[in-house]
Amino acid sequence: MAATDLLPGPRATPATPFQASLKDAAIVALVAMALAGPIVGLQTVDRGGMLTVDARFTEVAVGIIIVFFGRLGLALSDRGLRIPAYGIAAALAAAGFLLPWPADLLGILAIAAGAALVIRGLAGHYGAHRQARAALATESDEEKADRLRRLFTRGLGFLLLAAAFLLPMMPFANSYILDTAIRVLTYMMLAWGLNIVIGLAGLLDLGYVAFYAVGAYTYALLSKDHGFGFWGALPISGLLAASFGVLLGFPVLRLRGDYLAIVTLGFGEIIRIVLLNWTNFSGGPNGIGSIPRLTFFGHPFVRNAPEGVVPFHQLFGIDFSPLHRSIFFFYLILVLALVVNVFTIRIRRLPVGRAWEALREDEIACRALGINPTNTKLTAFAIGAMFAGFAGSFFATTQSFVSPESFTFLESAMILAIVVLGGMGSQLGVALAAILVIGLTEAFRGLAEYRMLVFGLGMVLIMIWRPRGLLSHRDPTILINGRKGARP
Amino acid sequence: MDSAYLVQQLINGFTLGAVYALIAIGYTMVYGIIGMINFAHGEVYMIGAFLSLIGIIVMGLIGVTWMPLALLIVLVLAMAITALYGWAIERIAYRPLRGSFRLAPLISAIGVSIFLQNYVQLAQGARPKPIAPVIRGGFELMTGNGGFTVTLSYLQVFIVALTIALMVGFTYLITKTPLGRAQRACEQDRTMASLIGVDVDRTIAMTFVMGAALAAVAGMMVTLYYGVIDFYIGFLAGVKAFTAAVLGGIGSLPGAVLGGLLIGLIEALWSAYFSVEYKDVAVFAILVLVLIFRPSGLLGRPEIEKV
Repeated sequence: MAATDLLPGPRATPATPFQASLKDAAIVALVAMALAGPIVGLQTVDRGGMLTVDARFTEVAVGIIIVFFGRLGLALSDRGLRIPAYGIAAALAAAGFLLPWPADLLGILAIAAGAALVIRGLAGHYGAHRQARAALATESDEEKADRLRRLFTRGLGFLLLAAAFLLPMMPFANSYILDTAIRVLTYMMLAWGLNIVIGLAGLLDLGYVAFYAVGAYTYALLSKDHGFGFWGALPISGLLAASFGVLLGFPVLRLRGDYLAIVTLGFGEIIRIVLLNWTNFSGGPNGIGSIPRLTFFGHPFVRNAPEGVVPFHQLFGIDFSPLHRSIFFFYLILVLALVVNVFTIRIRRLPVGRAWEALREDEIACRALGINPTNTKLTAFAIGAMFAGFAGSFFATTQSFVSPESFTFLESAMILAIVVLGGMGSQLGVALAAILVIGLTEAFRGLAEYRMLVFGLGMVLIMIWRPRGLLSHRDPTILINGRKGARP
Repeated sequence: MDSAYLVQQLINGFTLGAVYALIAIGYTMVYGIIGMINFAHGEVYMIGAFLSLIGIIVMGLIGVTWMPLALLIVLVLAMAITALYGWAIERIAYRPLRGSFRLAPLISAIGVSIFLQNYVQLAQGARPKPIAPVIRGGFELMTGNGGFTVTLSYLQVFIVALTIALMVGFTYLITKTPLGRAQRACEQDRTMASLIGVDVDRTIAMTFVMGAALAAVAGMMVTLYYGVIDFYIGFLAGVKAFTAAVLGGIGSLPGAVLGGLLIGLIEALWSAYFSVEYKDVAVFAILVLVLIFRPSGLLGRPEIEKV
């Protein structure tokens, strides 16, 4: 919105920078008015069975004014007038905090516009500074910086891991924190799995949640109707999800990558429609309830176990606490997620992993080198699907209830947003992004309805500014010629 | 089965197909010119539908009662504003990514799609929006032996006639005008086109504008035809129209129309003779089958990959 280049830079006309910026901002404000006027300004409301419209012109007008000043500041800062730009930023932010806005959102918009201006200005300074430094830097300097960065990444990774291991032992670890942590780790596992498909192999999978659903329903049906335990059902769920991946991927992976995106998108929706309508099989919209909960290798987490079964707390001779189950689930998902992580790190060094990365960078060159693109992509696709299936089983056993509601496109979009935000291909970046995204959604529960709006906008902005990820990025594991892979 | 019933389903399917064809053209044109699937196109169509809905209500409120005039005003306004949306989307989300890595525009398009869906949901509410039928009545064509009467409603005539008129105008635009020539040039070779003085950025922007305007027409038709829309309609319509574009051969304009009509007919017949719940599954199955057996579509040219 405010922070995008909507119009080209200064023309050759002899307008002063200030006039040019004003014109710029006026045009952007006009466009914004035409776009938002009817959709936002005229709300359709149902009144006594008849649809009519309510006008919200004040809000739109105020919003347009914010857009005008935001764009003015941006245009000024682009033309080198940094000081007035910062002035506008400060004014916007102050107004956002102080003025009585007709809607809370407008105040937030003003603050965000101010913040975006400041960030943009600082990024401009920093960019110029870094360019000047990069021009002076020698090769060994860069190598040193690279090594330092790698050391830092590794240290941060271990720190996170240690924090995760210690979390349940902390005195503040109540069931809310543990449940949130389990959610974070489930998304982290899913995002790591998707990262194999998107980050390593460069295949855009928009229906990832379908494989998650396959895993969840497989576990639910196997454990409920056929008496399978978690550990027995887990591999079956994974295999089934992987075979769905192969079935779906085989026809489509031979074609251009874009087709895969839309076919997986459709597939995600189809799985959901089938689960909703095939009532005999999946329980329809009601889902499947009372799925057997996971036990600690045969010892359930209950206060009073039935005859002949030793509950968990008696096994260890400790008092019963409802937290035990959460703690066990937490460690279980931690281990599962780490399995995905370690698997990815290792397979990246194997020929197949290298083939994935090579395919991502240049498919035609790979074909010339004798790599079979379809089969190679298919392995990535199937492995990613398998991990989603594992995560699905875990989800089913922790919730003990599955329904098609949990597997909508929004879930896929959220996992994709985590991968994109973290930096496609980067394991640590994805982990941090999962913490950030789930943490932020927990922190801003009151603004939950704006969550997806922000995600959508975030995906666009990240692609424009940091296409390899906001937090981190990953070049190919090996590069033959040159250190930094130039973007194709 | 009764033949009257079949005729009715063919009429319904043809109408539906006209709507899909209009959306599919937007997909196929953008794909032809920049080789990208514009995932947000379904959402653009949804915005067109909402603009038409709001327009029709406002026309009622300010007292424009002569229906043809009201519909014409709404149509023009919805097309103009939706076209502006198309332009803004291209300008903000796609143009900065030209020359970025392969997945970047796709991911950006998904971001736009999620954004627009939630934007409309927040601005207009999540509930389905029903309106009273605007064009009523129709011709009674024939009565089958089971007492089933085939009707061709005026609205269906209007939809098909408007689609045909737009197709004729559009074909003229593409084949005879300088803009169409520039578009075809960019489609063949963007670098070469820019060397001989074609403003490539402007041509691409105009492609998005035209695709969005046609999607707005489709949105208006759906609003009138079904009488109820919500913020989520763009998703399925987008997938189906994309299927239509692939079926006809992506990049080919006659292909998009043919594909749209076929998808509309298949969907109508499937709903009539098999099951309504799985009609979307049927369309999707067609997409996969086409991709397996004829990836270049019915009228498309096989794609040649360039290094």
